[in-house]
Amino acid sequence: MKETPFHPRTSELLDSYDWNEWSGWLAANSYELDHSHEYLAIRTSCGVFDTSPLYKYIIHGPDALKLMNRVVTQDVSKYGVGKSMYTPWCDDNGKIIDDGIVARVDEQFFRMTAAEPTLFWLEDNATNLNVTIEDITEAYGIMAMQGPYSRDILNRLTKTDAQGLNYFGLMDIKIAGIPITLSRTGYTGDLGYELWVKADKAVALWDAVFEAGEDYRIRPFGDYALDIARIEAGLLLIDADFHSSKKVMYEHEKTTPLELGLGWTVKLKKDYFVGQKALIEDKKNGLKWKTIGLEIDLKSLEAIYAKYNMPLYLPYQSWTEAVPVYSHGKQIGKATSGTWSPMLKKYIAIARIKPKYASIGNQVEMEVTINAERHNARAKVVKTPFFNPSRKTN
Amino acid sequence: MEINGDKLVDQKIKAKKDVVIIGGGVNGLVAAAYLAKAGRKVILLEKKGRLGGIAVTEEFFPGYKFSSLADGAGYLSPTVASDLKLSQHGLEIVPVDPIVYSLQPDGRNLMISGDVSATSKEISKFSEADAKAYPRFLDLLGKLSTLAESMLYLTPPDLPEFGFKDGIDLLPLLKPVWKVGRKDIMQVVRILPMPVSDILNEWFESDEVKGAISASALINNSFGPQEAGSGYNFLYNWAGSNNGHFRSSGNVLGGMGALSNALANAAKSLGVEIKLNTFVEKIVFDNYVASGVETNNGDHYSAKTIVSSANMNTTFINLLDPYYLDQMFIKHLKNIKYRGTTARIHFVLRELPSFRGVNGNAHKLLSGHIQISPTMTYLQKAYDPIKYGRYSANPYLDIFIPTISDPSMSSDESHLMSVTVKFMPYHLREGDWKSLRDDLAKLVINKIGEYAPGFEKLIKHQKVITPLDLEQDYDLPEGNYVHGEMSLAQFMWMRPIPGHAQYRSPVKNLYLCGAATHPGGGITGINGKNAAREILKD
Ligand SMILES: Cc1cc2nc3c(=O)[nH]c(=O)nc-3n(C[C@H](O)[C@H](O)[C@H](O)COP(=O)(O)OP(=O)(O)OC[C@H]3O[C@@H](n4cnc5c(N)ncnc54)[C@H](O)[C@@H]3O)c2cc1C
Repeated sequence: MKETPFHPRTSELLDSYDWNEWSGWLAANSYELDHSHEYLAIRTSCGVFDTSPLYKYIIHGPDALKLMNRVVTQDVSKYGVGKSMYTPWCDDNGKIIDDGIVARVDEQFFRMTAAEPTLFWLEDNATNLNVTIEDITEAYGIMAMQGPYSRDILNRLTKTDAQGLNYFGLMDIKIAGIPITLSRTGYTGDLGYELWVKADKAVALWDAVFEAGEDYRIRPFGDYALDIARIEAGLLLIDADFHSSKKVMYEHEKTTPLELGLGWTVKLKKDYFVGQKALIEDKKNGLKWKTIGLEIDLKSLEAIYAKYNMPLYLPYQSWTEAVPVYSHGKQIGKATSGTWSPMLKKYIAIARIKPKYASIGNQVEMEVTINAERHNARAKVVKTPFFNPSRKTN
Repeated sequence: MEINGDKLVDQKIKAKKDVVIIGGGVNGLVAAAYLAKAGRKVILLEKKGRLGGIAVTEEFFPGYKFSSLADGAGYLSPTVASDLKLSQHGLEIVPVDPIVYSLQPDGRNLMISGDVSATSKEISKFSEADAKAYPRFLDLLGKLSTLAESMLYLTPPDLPEFGFKDGIDLLPLLKPVWKVGRKDIMQVVRILPMPVSDILNEWFESDEVKGAISASALINNSFGPQEAGSGYNFLYNWAGSNNGHFRSSGNVLGGMGALSNALANAAKSLGVEIKLNTFVEKIVFDNYVASGVETNNGDHYSAKTIVSSANMNTTFINLLDPYYLDQMFIKHLKNIKYRGTTARIHFVLRELPSFRGVNGNAHKLLSGHIQISPTMTYLQKAYDPIKYGRYSANPYLDIFIPTISDPSMSSDESHLMSVTVKFMPYHLREGDWKSLRDDLAKLVINKIGEYAPGFEKLIKHQKVITPLDLEQDYDLPEGNYVHGEMSLAQFMWMRPIPGHAQYRSPVKNLYLCGAATHPGGGITGINGKNAAREILKD
């Protein structure tokens, strides 16, 4: 397996030896044996996540904007230099392939991240366009600094440069003399930044950041903590809340950004994008699914466990295997990921259900199995993000 | 702008028509004629100063006219010829016999003619067993090819979305299937994907006999006799042939351009308006609906129906803006295999060459297709180098001397000779066709010289057409003969693109009628006829 540019540091810190495989790279599940400190760092101080395994591309040339606008559902022309956006992209049938961040580094220069290999997709879409596409996945490392004190730590390193950077903004800075592209983005729903660094300078950057963050008890975090944070933030995960339409076999496994609650990223009125026609149709015909938040009723859950003489059990780690959601005993959809939220003290889940049951406050049931026996716990439809601190955008 | 009634009319709008046809090759002309016959107002726009596309006569040297590319007229659909009354419009095809005259280095040449027993006798020079097998071979494969023939006129089913309508489209197959019988149908299913070598090995033992027969399977394509798909092409050619044999024969008086002229006359008589030197630069479309075309003269023709006979790259990448097309479609478009492997050379000769073994009977023996395909092994070896991006040092040559059956092609006593040269790959690993032109000519001249001593001295003029020329001068991507290789992966419902084999394109009102569509290449006119039938259904 490949080692990320931060590997010399992450491997030193990984007391748990708990690696997982992420797109062929070694990635940490949790550094300590238990992920709770890492989660708390994200929400109360500053955690650092090694996002390097994301696929990274640069797209430049006279038709770069045209290409980006064909590929993704967002209207990229609405974003000026120094701005970035979250966006999904779709196949011809409007079914989601993947999602990522597109950043406009310069008028004709874009940077893009993706969960899945996307080079061919970009090239295929560039027919007749004057544009250059490069895969820079291995050339760069990305370090995410996430948490309420991430800005303070950055300020120590950059002397207030980062202070004015808006949510989803982007700037070139230097940290300890190392050129960095800094963006105010992340996957935790908290105040946070992502730092792009050339692979050979990654360790030096890590050291500078950890030194500056020592007073704040900065610490690295792994996937377990990240997944709890992203569910609290109502952010979707590929292979959990949706599947890439290019990787599944059957139609029913595919879904659209509209069904995923990403309608705000789908600019149906723009000139053209792959899947536009199908999505316009879908919208006209009414969506088959809606993605919502669920809050599981703890009393009802407790009662189920009580039948087995068990205390209430709460998912200390997140889960991402779908479970059925019912309304009055009839299945209306599925919950695709869930977790106990330590911040909110709530059991929350992301679910895709029939639209007619999706209004906020609606009572539904979510399946819980104990000893392979099925039970339905009460749950109610709530807004996402579940957790949305004002510092995220302020 | 001018005011016309209460409507604003853009001056640029040249005309409103029912149908605009892009390209005046054989298939564009045929589609135009059928649509006009059905009462549609049709205009055909051709970018060149002449009609015919690949089917063209050109005077490369003053006084000497050549069928520059295609020269075998025996595949023209008899239905198309009679529906459009082509003979009344000046088409004269003279039968040529022998069908194949296969040269041997030692002059023991093999003549395959329409006379089966005479051919058997010729074959017995090489093998008694093969001589006996030949009539039975003709019987069975001839029967199977009638089934294949009825497939040519079908609209391929829309797979995988096969529906009731597709079932109806296949009904015309019932009768031929019935006639061929269940047992023999299984033969078709069995041999279709076979290499032609496997088919012939089941019937014949002589490598020379198999060389003479198998060559016709290779002429349109980039495979050797041992490659899958060669059997299908063998049957395809047999199905389209005008003489009941595996290879058609027939020479158009006046060269192939005369066939195009007859088609043009037929089309005009049915009311088709034809414009030459009119380069369609753009197909106007919005939201997957086409509404007209724009030409290099700045004219705009609006029409309910737009039919393109141009190749797929021209239609979908140059004329349409692929930015507005589905990704999967573009992917399939780019996946079309072209890989041309053909060159042509034309000679003006002082007199007929003296091929070894042709003793005194030259006007008869040399009037049909003369093949340098001495054995099937030779053909396979001629093909082998292209796998590695090299051209064949010992090519398969297909030679035709039009002046024997049509002296009018030459203004004096000189004879003309046109040679199709295989295998000359468009994609070369080393060198390029611009600089290899002379090498190519030398190679062909030497090869012919091996069979006709002193050939080189007879040459007055020569004109070389490399695979690159085919692309640049005749609009054939990668120099491919037939707007996309005729391989098993690109036939029937997969031609030109899976899911778009019914002459319709993903853009509403835009139809396809060129050789890229089913049934494929050849001067058959069937693509144009089938396309017109589908257009009239909508
Ligand atoms: C070297 C060679 C030898 C062959 N030999 C034989 C043979 O012996 N027998 C046989 O049956 N078949 C033969 N074939 C195959 C056969 O000739 C073709 O399959 C057939 O002629 C194709 O006709 P078409 O009308 O589909 O296409 P084309 O003849 O290619 O017609 C397309 C037309 O569209 C025009 N066009 C393209 N773009 C535009 C535009 N933008 N605006 C306006 N016009 C445009 C072109 O100028 C052309 O006239 C041969 C082919 C080649 C290349």
